[in-house]
Amino acid sequence: MEPLFAILVGALFTVAFYLFLSKHVIRILMGAAILGNAVNLLIFTAGRVTREVPPVIGSGSDVLAAGAANPLPQALILTAIVISFSFFAFLLVLGFRAFQKLETDRSDEMRLAEPVSDPSPPLGY
Amino acid sequence: MASQSAPLVDLSAVYVTGPVAAADWLVAAPVVWCILVGAVLVMLRKNTRVQPLIAIPALGVLVLMTLALVWHVIANGTVTMTMGRWLPPFGISFTVDLLGAFFAATASCVALAAGIYGRTDVDDSGRRYGFYPFLVLIMAGILGAFMTGDIFNLYVWFEVLLISSFGLLVLGSERAQLDGGVKYAFLNLIATTLFLVATGYLYGLFGTLNMADIAVKASELRGTAPLMTLVTLYLLAFAMKAAAFPVNFWLPASYHTPRLVVSALFAGLLTKVGIYALLRILGMLFPFEREALSLVIAIVAALTMILGVVGALAQNDIRRALGFLVISGIGVMMAGLALGSPAGLAGAIFYAAHSMVVMTALYFAVGIGARLGGGFELTRAGGLYARSGLIAALTLVLFLSVAGLPPFSGLWPKIMLVKASLDVGAWWLAGAILVTGLLTTITVGRIWVLAYWRPAPGEAGEAAAATPLPVGATVALAGLVALSVAAGVWPEPVMALAQDAARGLLDPSAYVQSVFPAEASQ
Amino acid sequence: MRTLIFRSIAPFLTSLMVLFSIFVLLRGHNEPGGGFIGGLIAASALAIYGIACGVAAVRRAIHFHPMAISAVGLFMAALAGVLSVFAGVPYMTGLWIYPSLFGVELALSSVLVFDVGVYLVVVGAISSIALGLEEGDRD
Repeated sequence: MEPLFAILVGALFTVAFYLFLSKHVIRILMGAAILGNAVNLLIFTAGRVTREVPPVIGSGSDVLAAGAANPLPQALILTAIVISFSFFAFLLVLGFRAFQKLETDRSDEMRLAEPVSDPSPPLGY
Repeated sequence: MASQSAPLVDLSAVYVTGPVAAADWLVAAPVVWCILVGAVLVMLRKNTRVQPLIAIPALGVLVLMTLALVWHVIANGTVTMTMGRWLPPFGISFTVDLLGAFFAATASCVALAAGIYGRTDVDDSGRRYGFYPFLVLIMAGILGAFMTGDIFNLYVWFEVLLISSFGLLVLGSERAQLDGGVKYAFLNLIATTLFLVATGYLYGLFGTLNMADIAVKASELRGTAPLMTLVTLYLLAFAMKAAAFPVNFWLPASYHTPRLVVSALFAGLLTKVGIYALLRILGMLFPFEREALSLVIAIVAALTMILGVVGALAQNDIRRALGFLVISGIGVMMAGLALGSPAGLAGAIFYAAHSMVVMTALYFAVGIGARLGGGFELTRAGGLYARSGLIAALTLVLFLSVAGLPPFSGLWPKIMLVKASLDVGAWWLAGAILVTGLLTTITVGRIWVLAYWRPAPGEAGEAAAATPLPVGATVALAGLVALSVAAGVWPEPVMALAQDAARGLLDPSAYVQSVFPAEASQ
Repeated sequence: MRTLIFRSIAPFLTSLMVLFSIFVLLRGHNEPGGGFIGGLIAASALAIYGIACGVAAVRRAIHFHPMAISAVGLFMAALAGVLSVFAGVPYMTGLWIYPSLFGVELALSSVLVFDVGVYLVVVGAISSIALGLEEGDRD
């Protein structure tokens, strides 16, 4: 299973980075969303993929059954999903507000903070 | 349920069973305090008059807590508290050594100054947007990052401070802020995602996320696991957070857009969290890989400091020039990391603390100058010395300090770093540090001559001449300047602290023993 | 979206979902559920109500500002950990008491307080984003 997952993670990273290279903020945003999922899958694979034994402690027992799936990557992924979800929501709102106020979603036209024709500092006193 | 069944396993294999000393609570207290106060401030978000009255005393308490923590760590060595009593490495440990405590105390002082300065700089609308809640919550993120002993937890604190910093950055949603905010948000998101990628690989290799556990296991895995790849990935992620040269462009694009006090806080603290993470992970956990990468780090460091200050020279907007000076300072700290010797790391630690205080104070000084009528543009600024000699003098102190001239706090860490570079024969690194000092002197000297010494051009000066000096802001500025001067005139205690902290990084046995007391005693 | 059928059903659907979210929250310690997922269910309930009857109606119904709800949750969650200072155990250690109510043993814990805090944080944060986006559509 792991090689398959590794290829999938690689493919998702490729898509994400391709989208990052775009000039449009909305595509970069989608790239960020895909990148988040790629990383989650990566953590999941890094925690070793096992089959069919859920990491749940049955009643009358205080320890996990042998060969159970590793619950820690799932906890890490849950945290990462929550964080990347809230980031995505924030970036969506930010990108939308920027589009409304700056009237462009092309990142190379967003030069308000760094104007192209910024004057040089005085060269003499 | 838990009450009826008898436990089948030995509880001492699961729980921390030792008693918790009251002083150990100092480890958790600063972060918990910030979260509690932040929550209260969010509830009071409409009540703009009460907010600073709660936030500033609360930040004062925070300073006291972190100072007590420094004192506790000096007296008793590294302290650990493991959350929820789960035995490490399964539970998340907060482990504070001298480095974490020192940075936490410095950062708290800076935050207190920012809280006081915010009273004059942030108007009612900014407060309604949540300046004070975000300020306190970003401190929770920063202090959590300095104190945690778990890599994934470090990632979570990075995100806490990042989310709060987004809130602070777009406070008011002006057009330039949105423009800067988009670049800041996306590039920092990519940096933290890289951090998460590296952490995923690290977990796959080590099966643990506890830093002390990793420090122990790294030497066993060194022969078999691709640790170099892992460490290079961490270097890239944290260099991006710290704004080192090839990946620094988000900083000058965004740091001049928010309100001044926010710029000051970011310049002082955020990049230093990246430096802290570099010191902790490359310096402490993977010293051999850091050694192998040291030439790369040194080249990056030299390029960062030189290109940073050259960027500063080319700027007309004083705030942007300061943003480039922040980058230049990051290069100096990375030079210490590249050297990796006790003296080099100590120099980097001292310089980071100096930079936290001085960079924040510089933005404060420039903000007060603009308020007095100077504005931020060098072509139009002037006459500030005539308007307020006090502010001009304080600013000059800061300018000399950031350039590394005696007798202020910038001098000593640079001396330590230059000496450490010459010790290993890296004359070019020492040369880069000295050339950076010279170019910084030129940059800040020009700003001082143009904005402070030169008479105010035309009628622009007279209109603003009546503006009174903002008292709270001046107090905050003077407090930070006093810290810088004190560290410059009596550098021995700070130097000793930085050297002890560097020794703690290079020999993590005390850190490991604090987390795993039982194993070490066997 | 605002058909008569949807508008008539939405209040019932919302109250059922909020009830279910509280059920999920309370069973969460030893069974699937908990504060986070419960909070998501409650937030989606509020979002449905908002789509059917408008954002103003939702704001009236929850009375407090969503961010204030979040803040109360954050405060509760952080405070739940602080309780362990009185028991002499590290921060965030779960503390349990078993009071008997009408002959039924109740298992109450600081973990539950934490979970309720998480529930409130999630309800507040998600519904504040959802309501903000729904309002943003109209201008």
